[in-house]
Amino acid sequence: MDLLTELAILVLAAFVGFEVISKVPNTLHTPLMSGTNAIHGIVLLGGLLVIGEATGWLDDLLLVIAIAFGTINVVGGFLVTDRMLGMFKAKPDPQKLAEKAEAEEEKAAA
Amino acid sequence: MSRADVIQLLYIVAFSMFIIGLHMLRGPRTAVRGNLVAAAGMGIAVFATLIDEHTGDYGLIALGVVIGTAIGVPSARSVKMTAMPQMVALFNGVGGGAVALISVVEFREAGGDMELEQLIPTLFAAIIGSISFWGSNIAFGKLQELISGRPMKLPGGPIINAALALVAVGLAVVIVAGSESQLLFWLILLSAGLLGILAVLPIGGADMPVVISTLNAFTGLSAAAAGLALDNVALIVAGMLVGASGSILTKQMADAMNRSIGNVFFSGFGGGGTLPAATDGEQKQAKATTAADVAIQLSYARLVVVVPGYGMAVAQAQRAVADLAAELEKRDVEVLYAIHPVAGRMPGHMNVLLAEADVPYDRLKEMDDINPEFARTDVALVIGANDVTNPAARNESSSPIYGMPILDVDKAQSVIVLKRSMSSGFAGIDNPLFYDDKTSMLFGDAKASVGEVLAEVQEL
Repeated sequence: MDLLTELAILVLAAFVGFEVISKVPNTLHTPLMSGTNAIHGIVLLGGLLVIGEATGWLDDLLLVIAIAFGTINVVGGFLVTDRMLGMFKAKPDPQKLAEKAEAEEEKAAA
Repeated sequence: MSRADVIQLLYIVAFSMFIIGLHMLRGPRTAVRGNLVAAAGMGIAVFATLIDEHTGDYGLIALGVVIGTAIGVPSARSVKMTAMPQMVALFNGVGGGAVALISVVEFREAGGDMELEQLIPTLFAAIIGSISFWGSNIAFGKLQELISGRPMKLPGGPIINAALALVAVGLAVVIVAGSESQLLFWLILLSAGLLGILAVLPIGGADMPVVISTLNAFTGLSAAAAGLALDNVALIVAGMLVGASGSILTKQMADAMNRSIGNVFFSGFGGGGTLPAATDGEQKQAKATTAADVAIQLSYARLVVVVPGYGMAVAQAQRAVADLAAELEKRDVEVLYAIHPVAGRMPGHMNVLLAEADVPYDRLKEMDDINPEFARTDVALVIGANDVTNPAARNESSSPIYGMPILDVDKAQSVIVLKRSMSSGFAGIDNPLFYDDKTSMLFGDAKASVGEVLAEVQEL
């Protein structure tokens, strides 16, 4: 692909990014940040591609570290975002409330 | 269709899924699935890269992935919600570090035989990636309190930073002009890394939301630059999406403090700011109160607005607060939460903590929605928040935070402030709210205080 085409894609992606994100409510700013954080873990792909051409132990070492970093970024980022989003609820979980009430009753009985 | 075409098609599918996933993050209902869509997109992108014929040495790849998974999964699973800002900083840093390392290897492998349209993005990726890696690590250190979170002024700070930036860019120009020296490339990484460290080190805890989202944007931009160097469309699009979204978030955070981004990075906020002189030299006296009094006030209120801040996170008081709110709601007291955009240490920090404590997200109100409500609020309960409630921002033109949008807590009928002591906030600025006639202070650890108040409410 020639550079100009790539620059065109780059600029379009920037506008899409601005457009998609500007309407995220404050409530979701942390998950948004950690979600986009996971997405930039895509640098992992760079490590996978470059390691094929790498020669010598130093380059191999640097790239294994880079791949490990990228993996931490991707896997950790998506997992943590999932955990966080799982907690956002419109109404308190009735089952959880019932369990809590039960636990309190037991405590009071004891 | 050749294999290369299939790979390109899969990349297009992958980045479409990133965009759809981000789109779904707009609403709490669809957000969980949005994150999964983006994660699936990442899976497709990785798969597409693995079948690329340039991709190689699967043994080494497996080694890296196993190490990364072994570190990433347990830390993501076990991290406490209160420690989320430093976790995000750390994940962000490793992303930047990966970009910097990949850039070095690309340069080394090319052995000076790089075309300009590869070389320039590689150098850009190296500089930004290195700033992001080291800056994020310092942010992590400050949030984890390994390094003091107070704002500090380094002598000659901005000049040294400008010099480091000049050195990095200058060396990059030398390489573009034809030098093949690897030493120069390492020096670029070194000076950019130092710049990252020295730029983040002086910044106070209260400014962390701006810092974290800036570094997030930086890593995104460096990934996009790496994509240009590697002719990889998935990297270009995904990196730029993050760069754009991080920039927007940064701007929103800076606006919420009425400061420019440059001001956050180049002025040690609070360190040397002028404190408003005590009016007429008279001794100001804050009024202390007891848990029993607070309980009575809360129980007989119609509307209570809780204003949480970083102090609530430090004390891990979110569950106690949610329990107190539940108890009050049983007594037909309406409880809402007023969330300032920069409360806490990262964008949306308070929302995550309260969600963890099972507070329904529709009780959490953004600043513009809650401010008109304070006039009909019986009790505003300020828990570990300070600067975001400081009326000096509205009416004290000499105050360093003058002009910053605040929560109009002082418009409530009465105000109760839970605070460890009379020390001023992270910005080091005195808060006239505490000396207001309708304000009473409940001193002590936020979690313990809320627990005592809850016990008193139950007694009533």
